[in-house]
Amino acid sequence: MSLKYLKGVATLKLDEAKCIGCGMCVQVCPHAVLEMSGRKARITDVDMCMECGACAGNCPVEALSLKKGVGCAAAVITGLIKGTEPACGCGEGGDCC
Amino acid sequence: MTGNDDGTAGQEESVSFAVTGEYRAADRRASWKARWGIGRMKMRIKPGLYALGSPDPDSPVFASANYRLSFDALRTSVKGDAWLLVLDTKGINVWCAAGKGTFGTMELTRSIMESGLGDLLSRKEIIVPQLGAPGVAAHRVKAYTGFSVIYGPVRAEDIPSFMAAGKKAAPEMRRVRFGFADRMALSPIELVNFGKYLLPAAALLYFFGFRADAMLTAATLLSSTLLVPALLPWLPGRAFAIKSAAAGAIGLAAAYPFLSQDLFHACARALVYLPVASFIGLQFTGSSTYTSLSGVMKEMRAALPVQGVSLAAGLAMVLLRRFI
Repeated sequence: MSLKYLKGVATLKLDEAKCIGCGMCVQVCPHAVLEMSGRKARITDVDMCMECGACAGNCPVEALSLKKGVGCAAAVITGLIKGTEPACGCGEGGDCC
Repeated sequence: MTGNDDGTAGQEESVSFAVTGEYRAADRRASWKARWGIGRMKMRIKPGLYALGSPDPDSPVFASANYRLSFDALRTSVKGDAWLLVLDTKGINVWCAAGKGTFGTMELTRSIMESGLGDLLSRKEIIVPQLGAPGVAAHRVKAYTGFSVIYGPVRAEDIPSFMAAGKKAAPEMRRVRFGFADRMALSPIELVNFGKYLLPAAALLYFFGFRADAMLTAATLLSSTLLVPALLPWLPGRAFAIKSAAAGAIGLAAAYPFLSQDLFHACARALVYLPVASFIGLQFTGSSTYTSLSGVMKEMRAALPVQGVSLAAGLAMVLLRRFI
C-alpha cells in the first residue's frame, strides 16, 4: 500500500527546455517522482513529491525548481516561534528527526 | 566498533581508523537505546577516514554520517574491504543531516580534502548514500575535489547487490519505504517525547480524583503514538491531523465502556481529547518519509485553529456542567 500525502501542494517544477537528460534527478528521487522519457526527464506524479530537493540540487543545469524543506510539524512550529523558516529543533546537541 | 593499530600495508602514512563489519550485542543495545531516545548524543562516531578490513587503492569509498546507527548500518552491510569516510553531521543521521545541509556539498568536500583520499586511491570516486542527495550537489563536489559522486542505494543492506551490479541500483533500491516495521521503529521516540508530559498529567488527574480523565489521557497518548504509526495507511484521509483524530477516536471508544459518563460528558471529552490526539499525531509527519513541507504547512494552517477551538469548547462544556 503506497502512502500518499495531500494533493496539489508540492511545489516541484521541471523546465523541460533546460533539461539535458543526464538522469541524475531520476537517480536521487526517493519516491520515483521523476523518470526518463526519451532524452528528457519527466515528472510522473507530483503529489508523491516530498520536496527534499535532491533532484534540484543535483541538476547541473537548474532545470528543476521547488521550495525545499522538511515536512515536519515540529520544524514548522519551531520556525513560527523563532520567526524563521521551518527548522528542525535539533541543531547542536538536541534530539532530531 | 573495534580498532586495531596494525593498519594496512602501504597506508602507514594515512590517518585512518580501523573497523570491522561485525554487528555485536553492544551495537544492538545502542540501536535499542537510540530508538527510545536514551543518550542519543552519545551516538556520535569520530568523523574521519576508516579502513574496513584491509582496503587498497582499488577499494571502494563509502561516505556516511557520524551517527552510530548510520555508520553501523554501513560497516556491517559492506561485504569486503572498503574505505569509509565519516562526515561530521553533529551526530545526526544521513537523511536528516542532508535535509539541514550538514551532510552536504561543503562538508563532503572538506572531508575528502582532509582525508587525503585523493592520493590514496587509483580512481577518484566516492559512493554517497542516496538519502544524502538532498544536501549534496554531485556536480559541485566534482568541480571542487575532482571526485565523482556515485549515489548508492537508499538502504545499506542493498550495497552488496549494488556493487555486484557494477555500482548500479535497481529502481526498487532507490525508493524509500515506510512499511509497518519502519513506522513502528519510530513509535517509541514519539511515546517518550509526549509521554513525559502526558503521563505525569494522567497521574495528577488520577491523584485529584479525575480517574476517567486520567484514563482518557493515557488512551490519547497511546492512540496518537502507537495507533497512528501502526494504522497509518488505513486511517481515513491523507492529512495527519485527520488520521490522528481518527486514531484518537478509536482510543476513546475503547476506553469509553470502562467509564460511567453520560452523553454530555462523552461529547465534552471527545472535544477535549481528539484535538490533542490530532496535534500529537501531526508531529509524526516529522518521522514519516513522504510528507512535504508545503503539505505540512497547509494542514497546520487548517488544523491548529480547529484543534484550539475544539479544546476550548470541550473544556468550557466540562466547566459549565460543574458550576451550573
